Amino acid sequence: MSNATSHNETVHRVSFLDKDSIRIPILKILQADGTVYENAVLPAIDETLAHKIYDTCVFTRVLDERMLGAQRQGRISFYMTCTGEEASIIGSAASLDSGDVILAQYREHAALRYRGFTTEQFMNQLFSNEKDLGKGRQMPIHYGSAELNYQTISSPLATQIPQATGVGYSLKMQGKRNIAICYFGEGAASEGDFHAGLNMAAVLSSPTIFFCRNNGYAISTPTSEQFKGNGIASRGPGYGMHTIRVDGNDMLAVLAATQQARSYAIENNAPVLIEAMTYRLGAHSSSDDPSGYRSKDEEAKWQQHDPVKRFKLWMINKGWLTEKQDAALFEKYRSEVLAEVKIAEKLPMSHIDTLIEDVYDTPTPLLKQQLDTLKKHLKKYPKSYPNSEGSV
Amino acid sequence: MAEINMLQAINDALSMAMETDEKAILFGEDVGHFGGVFRATSGLQEKFGRDRCFNTPLTEQGIAGFANGLASNGMTAIAEIQFADYIFPAIDQIVNETAKFRYRSGNEFNVGGVTFRTPYGGGIAGGHYHSQSPEAYFTQTAGLKVVVPRNAYQAKGLLLASIRDNNPVIFFEPKRLYRANVGEVPDGDYEIELGKAEVVREGTDITLLAWGAQVEIIEKAADMASKEGISCEIIDLRTLAPWDVETVAESVKKTGRLLINHEAPLTGGFAGEISATIQEQCFLYLESPISRVCGLDTPYPLIHEKEYMPDALKTFDAIKASIKF
Repeated sequence: MSNATSHNETVHRVSFLDKDSIRIPILKILQADGTVYENAVLPAIDETLAHKIYDTCVFTRVLDERMLGAQRQGRISFYMTCTGEEASIIGSAASLDSGDVILAQYREHAALRYRGFTTEQFMNQLFSNEKDLGKGRQMPIHYGSAELNYQTISSPLATQIPQATGVGYSLKMQGKRNIAICYFGEGAASEGDFHAGLNMAAVLSSPTIFFCRNNGYAISTPTSEQFKGNGIASRGPGYGMHTIRVDGNDMLAVLAATQQARSYAIENNAPVLIEAMTYRLGAHSSSDDPSGYRSKDEEAKWQQHDPVKRFKLWMINKGWLTEKQDAALFEKYRSEVLAEVKIAEKLPMSHIDTLIEDVYDTPTPLLKQQLDTLKKHLKKYPKSYPNSEGSV
Repeated sequence: MAEINMLQAINDALSMAMETDEKAILFGEDVGHFGGVFRATSGLQEKFGRDRCFNTPLTEQGIAGFANGLASNGMTAIAEIQFADYIFPAIDQIVNETAKFRYRSGNEFNVGGVTFRTPYGGGIAGGHYHSQSPEAYFTQTAGLKVVVPRNAYQAKGLLLASIRDNNPVIFFEPKRLYRANVGEVPDGDYEIELGKAEVVREGTDITLLAWGAQVEIIEKAADMASKEGISCEIIDLRTLAPWDVETVAESVKKTGRLLINHEAPLTGGFAGEISATIQEQCFLYLESPISRVCGLDTPYPLIHEKEYMPDALKTFDAIKASIKF
């Protein structure tokens, strides 16, 4: 008998499994006032870790506020905030080892910051200047850093999911006690790549955490038009995968779940699915206007569940933070971001020669010839191509 | 007759297609209440109800497969793929299913009722994944029609013809012209025949050929050339599969020269196919090699978008080179 049926009973009259029979508890540790629930089991966290987490929260808030503003002023072409989802992203990133590989969707820059991406590096990417690690080839927010084990963002949705399965498997083959973590939204979980990635991870025993940010919307499409099942978590057992649902606005719950998921993945060479219930407080992107598909009342309701505020109150209750220190931290990052914007926006773009680099490991003869023809043209009409004027 | 932009013309065509065909169903990511990320389907859910115009889950392969299923059973499926860059998860359904449904079944079944609409092309600072022109992946697939409008008027007539054509059509919409292109569009129902190119401007010295957003680029280049006494004939190909060999060949026999412009990379681009056919048909008439002004063989860039694009200046220089050859 196959393992699909080995622990199931036999019946002799028609009996459907009720579609609502899967009940999934949600892990909550931290309450809105910053106190913990009675009997809650806390994650491993000391003052140093708490400060690093909170520091990342504040930086992210400041970055999102200032750079959305910069987009509105026309200084950068595009931006995406993660406002409201900081606990999901930072709580999970803080549960990892720096050797664990992150495959993000696009709204997880807070995890990259947690890993150590500098303010200057953020600005270089956002302003597409010559110091951008991606050489100015992708739209703003498509960060990546090999040094920090954070694979470069690709806009197509869910492509990173089966890739994460492969990365997790490779870490196992390389004998490393590390995992891959894959972030995606509940909308991306409708793509075929989601099924492929999770099923392969379970079948091939890939130590990978699949971290779903269920933030309520895929651009304008609400979860009610995205799936009919009990969220994304209900799918985990179908793949034979350990699964947990957490309050994604609860830093301590996300931390606890991800710490244990990581241990389980490494000890058992197995994937884990985490569904973090949260809310995208901002627009999908700077190109989007949510007033066309959701109410201000709904947004205001979720403002009450601000994950950063909740964690801050916990820090204050612990005696690890004061309002004064908090204000100073915001001020520090506001100045830092502003200063780095001023530097980054003045730096030149990557040289025109980089246009044909990295298509292959070395440029082909045809590419070299195309670049040569292009440069002759640019030299003839320099004023018509301001980005490369004076560089050929 | 009203002055409207291309998005309004597309919205108008969709509305008309739904009104005149009760079997028509319109769907895709965010196309329902919100009206699509570009608002091409604004107001259509309110007009036709949630059963005929709706959001799908976020899955392009699902959208394409669902469209095939609808059409195989007699419905008219109008599916939106949010960006042409995101059509690739659907390529199995489109290339192996949509395109071969009729042929493989000996015409027992067909999905001629399928139309895929999708915004394509650059010029909006969209980088790799909001700028590509993937038409040539589909022109090599027998069984698919590939249509690209250049302006609001063309968009309405070609889209209505595409939806009503008894063959599956991929309808590529030049998104940089969505709001930028405004023109007179009849209020009523009209169709523009598929498979027919249009001579947009007559000329005697060289034929310039493009489709979609690049037609206005070759028009600008032709204006520059005319100041130097060069008379350009301009053709909008409009349908890439099946393409109108006769109109292009006739023009080239008259002018003796051909320049093809497309945004997609040079290698494997549709200009190669046109060049090969035209040199076969017009070999003895050609006075210079057929010229291709295309994107570079790189992924679509961001900061060097302007340099990458086959713009009017590059086209102008290529026209002069062809004349002086």
